[in-house]
Amino acid sequence: MKQMHLAAHFPGVNSTTVWADPRSRSQIEFASFEHLARTAERGKFDFFFLAEGLRLREHNGRIHDLDVVGRPESLTVLNALAAVTERLGLAATVNATFNEPYELARRLATLDHLSAGRAAWNVVTSSDAFTGENFRRGGYLDRADRYTRAAEFVATARELWDTWTPDGTSRPFAHSGPHFDISGEFTVPRSPQGHPVVIQAGDSDEGREFAASTADVIFTRHGTLEAGRVFYADVKSRLEKYGRGRDDLKIMPGVTVVLGDTDAEAHRNAAEIRRKQVSPQNAILALEQVWGLDLSSYDPDGPLPDIDPDPGSNMVQGRARVADPQAVAARWRALSEAKGLSIRQTVIETTARQSFIGSPETVAGELAMFVAGDAADGFILVPHLTPGGLDDFVDRVVPLLQERGVFRSEYTGSTLRSHLGLADPVWKG
Amino acid sequence: MPATRPLHLAAEIGGPPRYDAASHVALARLAEGGALDYVTLSDSFARPGPDALAVLARVAPATTRIGLVPTVTTTHTEPFHVSSAVATLDWVSKGRAGWLADVSTTEAEARLFGRRPAAPATALWQEAGEVADAGARLWDSWEDDAEIRDVASGRFIDRDRLHHIDFEGSTFSVRGPAIVPRPPQGRPVTVIDGTSGPSREPAARHADVVHVRATSPGQAASLRDDLRRGAAAHGRDPDSLRVLVALTVDLGDAETAPEPGLESGPQLAGRGTYFRGGPVDLAELITQWHRGGAVDGFHLTPITPERDLERIVNGTVALLQHRSLFRTFHPGGTLREHLGLSRPANRYTHARASEVTS
Ligand SMILES: Cc1cc2nc3c(=O)[nH]c(=O)nc-3n(C[C@H](O)[C@H](O)[C@H](O)COP(=O)(O)O)c2cc1C
Repeated sequence: MKQMHLAAHFPGVNSTTVWADPRSRSQIEFASFEHLARTAERGKFDFFFLAEGLRLREHNGRIHDLDVVGRPESLTVLNALAAVTERLGLAATVNATFNEPYELARRLATLDHLSAGRAAWNVVTSSDAFTGENFRRGGYLDRADRYTRAAEFVATARELWDTWTPDGTSRPFAHSGPHFDISGEFTVPRSPQGHPVVIQAGDSDEGREFAASTADVIFTRHGTLEAGRVFYADVKSRLEKYGRGRDDLKIMPGVTVVLGDTDAEAHRNAAEIRRKQVSPQNAILALEQVWGLDLSSYDPDGPLPDIDPDPGSNMVQGRARVADPQAVAARWRALSEAKGLSIRQTVIETTARQSFIGSPETVAGELAMFVAGDAADGFILVPHLTPGGLDDFVDRVVPLLQERGVFRSEYTGSTLRSHLGLADPVWKG
Repeated sequence: MPATRPLHLAAEIGGPPRYDAASHVALARLAEGGALDYVTLSDSFARPGPDALAVLARVAPATTRIGLVPTVTTTHTEPFHVSSAVATLDWVSKGRAGWLADVSTTEAEARLFGRRPAAPATALWQEAGEVADAGARLWDSWEDDAEIRDVASGRFIDRDRLHHIDFEGSTFSVRGPAIVPRPPQGRPVTVIDGTSGPSREPAARHADVVHVRATSPGQAASLRDDLRRGAAAHGRDPDSLRVLVALTVDLGDAETAPEPGLESGPQLAGRGTYFRGGPVDLAELITQWHRGGAVDGFHLTPITPERDLERIVNGTVALLQHRSLFRTFHPGGTLREHLGLSRPANRYTHARASEVTS
């Protein structure tokens, strides 16, 4: 039977993460990372995942203050987590625009050594002038250049990982391309996995092509059955022209899960979580992100504004603005009028419903169906609570997946590649 | 100078390159058992070895008290990433992080990055000072009480307590604020090897601890006085600076008497002063130099860590402890506490407070 892969995403810095819950703990102390990583390892997960953002979000020229904010540097935390876990894969999101191949390849190879073969790199390309203000390079790259740089970055990193012979002799390297012209000697011997696992997150055509040519895992937002199937078929069909097999790239959507003793209770819990995710202040903010205007004088419990969005606004910095604000505003108004909803109720109503809601049996069944039905190879679970947000999933859903024979009961190998069923890379001498 | 000034001891745990976790953990624990202030792990893009900061992050959960000070080069790296990584080392070690700032001067290192040519040490040390400055500002860019979790107003942070740093250096600029909240120590400990001419100025200006090479107590005392004067000239309290003599030690033949002439003083060699003799002789040397008030302590680089560090801890340090010259346990939890350095006030909190009162 097709096996499922699971990963634990540390809660992010957005309104998905509910900090006002009394059970919410520190987003920065090591104990929180240790808790979630140990939970994931107890559940025999494939890997633990950290996202990255290199500039704090701003709204209307000021630091965004409503959501959890403040994160550690990913690779440093993962090295520390290697000390308190034994089998769990350790995945860091690291930007390919604001780093250099020699240094990053070295840091990833070091993590792979120190964790005995558990390192993964989620290659992201997001870059803008706003983030660039924190870096020597400054500026930004447009979409086309972002991905050519990322592709050359990964290829160069792999050249560096191949410079030492498997028996431990270092040989000089030289790489010359449009983005990097470097030479010398790499300071780290070939690491246990040969090459750390490469994950790609990005949905555009360029992003999919890059993943098909290069990545071992793709992290996607297509978490519904239909969208997942379409995405899955599209990405897998791109593999052949790179001489790769369908199993060489694992597709793992980021998903949210809400459990209850019964399906009905789970749906009540899910609605309650969505209500907590949209505080009155967050409702106004969500509105401003669509309208591109200062709407702070509006009452979150009152009606939607009757003025139109400003299409040229640059109020939001550090995250993408909605594509067609006029259309979204029209849709929200229609919804609010039809159901008689306030601003906050409208935002709650339009907030994406959680991906899987139900009793442990229901959720286990749906997850298994997604994988069997080729909508995914597995899931990156995004909890809404730090750090206990996956405790219930591991205690109540994982055993059911194991009973169904769709998820491992024990780790069979020690490296992340072995968990994911990926071949060891052939050494290119 | 009173002889009662506390003695500080640190040890390098690097040696022939090792890539596994266990050997580094074993050495760090050994040093921790001797109640040393900190261990260093050297690093360079120019020779084989793992990323030192990563190694000490791996060591952090396997130790509880010892300070962790990796070498970090400021030349081809991003100041923003450097500051985030060191702050994170402080978080994962619960306040035991430092960093030994260094520069990469060679053409070979420049070619590994292909971004800019090699530059003279003077320019690179000026940049290193700016990186230390920008890093310290980033560590301050979140005030300690910035996280408020105020359910009533829906605010997780008080954004008036987060600050753009708008740092403009000669080779880079950083807008800020940091992505990492202010670390437990406020600012992790900055260490600089202040022996070479061009590093002395940034050391006096930005370092909390300076390593110096000296062959006599007199020379060490005069280097220390210079550094303290330099610190004062930059408006710092000279007592916020610790000066440790860097000593390369070979305790290989511990049972035999030291070679003639060594009692009169160690010899200068390479990056540190070279000491060869037994653990007891080393304890004598440390006692004499420290008693004279010449130094705040020693940074020892064992030539064979597996062998010499054990002898340092169980021989030299045990004797110093027996003579009540060195602590027998860590009374504090953070590296700053071991060093007797206070947690720095936040410059932005201070600025905001004076705005309010003026
Ligand atoms: C599921 C997912 C997760 C992502 N996580 C991050 C992240 O943690 N940090 C980041 O800088 N960008 C992240 N990105 C952004 C992507 O790297 C990329 O910049 C963005 O998706 C735009 O590229 P595209 O046009 O190919 O989709 C993520 C994207 C996706 C789809």
